[in-house]
Amino acid sequence: MADVKKIATREAYGNALKELMAEHEDVIVFDADLSNATKTNIPQKAFPARHFNCGIAEGNMMAVAAGAAAMGLVPFASSFAMFAAGRAFEQVRNSIGYPHLNVKIGATHAGISVGEDGASHQCCEDIALMRSIPGMVILNPADAVEAEACVRAAYEHQGPVYLRFGRFGVPVFHGEDFSFTIGKGECLRDGKDVAILATGLLVNEALEAAKTLADEGIDARVINLCTIKPLDEEIVLKAAAECRKIITCEEHSIIGGLGEAVCSLLSEKCPTPVRRIGVNDEFGHSGPAAELLKSFGLSAEHIVEVAREFVKE
Amino acid sequence: MTKEQRNALEIAACKVRMGIIESTHAAKCGHPGGSLSAADVLTYLYFHELNIDPKDPKKADRDRFVLSKGHNAPGLYAALAYRGFFPVEDLKTLRHTGSYLQGHPNMNTVPGVDMSTGSLGQGISAAAGMALAARYTGNPCRVYTLLGDGEIEEGEVWEALMFAAHYKLTNLCVIIDNNGLQIDGPISQVMSSYPIVDKLKAFNFEVVEVNGNDMEELERAFAAFHGEHDKPFAIVMKTTKGKDVSFMENQVGWHGKAPNDAEYEIAMGELKARLAGLEGK
Repeated sequence: MADVKKIATREAYGNALKELMAEHEDVIVFDADLSNATKTNIPQKAFPARHFNCGIAEGNMMAVAAGAAAMGLVPFASSFAMFAAGRAFEQVRNSIGYPHLNVKIGATHAGISVGEDGASHQCCEDIALMRSIPGMVILNPADAVEAEACVRAAYEHQGPVYLRFGRFGVPVFHGEDFSFTIGKGECLRDGKDVAILATGLLVNEALEAAKTLADEGIDARVINLCTIKPLDEEIVLKAAAECRKIITCEEHSIIGGLGEAVCSLLSEKCPTPVRRIGVNDEFGHSGPAAELLKSFGLSAEHIVEVAREFVKE
Repeated sequence: MTKEQRNALEIAACKVRMGIIESTHAAKCGHPGGSLSAADVLTYLYFHELNIDPKDPKKADRDRFVLSKGHNAPGLYAALAYRGFFPVEDLKTLRHTGSYLQGHPNMNTVPGVDMSTGSLGQGISAAAGMALAARYTGNPCRVYTLLGDGEIEEGEVWEALMFAAHYKLTNLCVIIDNNGLQIDGPISQVMSSYPIVDKLKAFNFEVVEVNGNDMEELERAFAAFHGEHDKPFAIVMKTTKGKDVSFMENQVGWHGKAPNDAEYEIAMGELKARLAGLEGK
C-alpha cells in the first residue's frame, strides 16, 4: 500500500466546496476560526466575499447559518466535530433540525485520529448526537473521492446534512467513476462467511482485513456505509441474511454510532450476531494518529482478529 | 404620527392584548406577561413598520421578524392574526393538540413566522444570518428581532451581537424588551443584565432608548433606525410586564401562567373597557 495516494477527507472537503461555489452562487461558507484546519481556507481564497468567519463562537455560527438558509442560501458551516456537533448541539437541533433548514454542517477532525491534540478534541460522540435529530442526514466518507461526492450530494439534498471528515490522510481507493447516492451503501467485496460493515476511515482497514482473511480461507463481505442516516436497511438486512454474522467498524464510540444503528435494525428485522468495533466507551489521548488507531483497535489487524474468532463460533 | 394613526395603533394593540388573554386562557398555559409588555411593539411592527403582505406571507423582499424570545408566541400570533395572516378565531387553539399554533413559533406551520424560535438566544443569531444573507443577495429587506432582558443573559446573544457589529449589519434591528422581570424574579436579583445600553454601545451598536409601551416613542425609535447609521441598530425599550391587565402588571408570577376563568373575565373586562374608550364609545 506504500504507493497509494493518501488524502485527508477534510482536504477533499475544501476542494469540493471550492468547485461547488464556482457553480452555485447560493453556496456560502461559515467557519469558526479554524479555516486553515477545516480547509475552508481553500474556497475562501477563491471566493473571499462568500466566506464568513464567525470567530470562536460555534453556537452562534450554527444559528446564523440557519438564518442564511431561511433566506434561501445554502450555507456550509464548519468547525471541528467536537464543536460543530458537541458545543453547538442545541443550535443544530433547534435552529437547523427542528425547522429542517438547508444547512450543511462540515465537521472535520472527527474521531481519535485527530491525534496529538488529545481527548478534548477527539470527538467520538458526534454521530450519536446527530443521529438523534429527526431529519438529519449523516455522511461519513471513507476517502477523498467519496468526500467530494458527499459535498455535492449534500448540496443537492434539500434539508440539513452533517458531513463528517477526518484530519488524517487516508488511502484513496475509489476510482474516478465512483458515483454516490445518499442512503445507499456500497458493497466493495462480496463474501458469505461474515459481513464487515464499515464507515469512514475504517472502510479501507476493512478492505485490508478482508484480503488477509481470504488468505486464511475466510470469505468476508465488505460494505461501505457512508450514509449513517438514513441507513441503507436493504443492504444491511441482505448481508445479515446471507452472511449471518456482522461486524461493524467505526471511528466513533460503540455507543450511538453505526454499530448501534445496525444492531437496532437487526434486532427488529433480522436478529443476527454482531461484533462492534469502535471506541469502547472511553476517552482518547494524545499520540500520533496511526498509533492511536492501532491501540484503540481501529485497524485491519484488529478486524482480522475479531473476524477470525467470530467465524469460529 | 397623526392622532388618528396613534389611535388606530392603540386599538390594534388592545386587540392584540385581548388575543393574548384569549389564547393563553384557552391553552390553560403559556406566557402572557412578556407578551403583554411586547404587545405594543409587535403591533407597531406588524401594523406600521414591516414591509409585509398577509396575502403573500412568503414574498421575497418582505421584512423579516424573528421573535428571539419565542415564549411570547401568544403576542406574535395575536399580531399576525389581527393583521390578517390567519383567522383570529384560531388563536383559541394555541398549544392544543393538532393546532398549527405551537407553544413556540414554528416557521413551517404558521403563516407569517419567519424563523422557528423558543430556545433563548438563538433567534438573534438567525436574524443576524438573515441580515447577512440579505446583504449578500442584494435583498433590500430589513431584519428585526425581539429579545427579552432576561434572554440576553444567554452568552450566544453576545456572540451574535459581536457578529452583527463585525459585519456591520446595518439592516438589522435588535429590540430588547426591558420589562425588568424574568421567570425566577427581577433580573436585577436573578442575574443582572444591566447596564444594557452601555453594553450594547460597547459591542458597537447604535442604541436608542424608548418607552416601549408608547406608540409615538416607538415611532421615534424606528425612524432613527431608518436614518443614517453605520453600525447595527438596537432599541432598548422600557416596558411594563403584563401591561394593561391590572393584576398582571409588574407581577413575576404572570410570566408563564394562564388566567383562570375568573381572571380571564376580569382581564377581558378591563381590555374591553379600554378598547371602548379608544374607539370613543
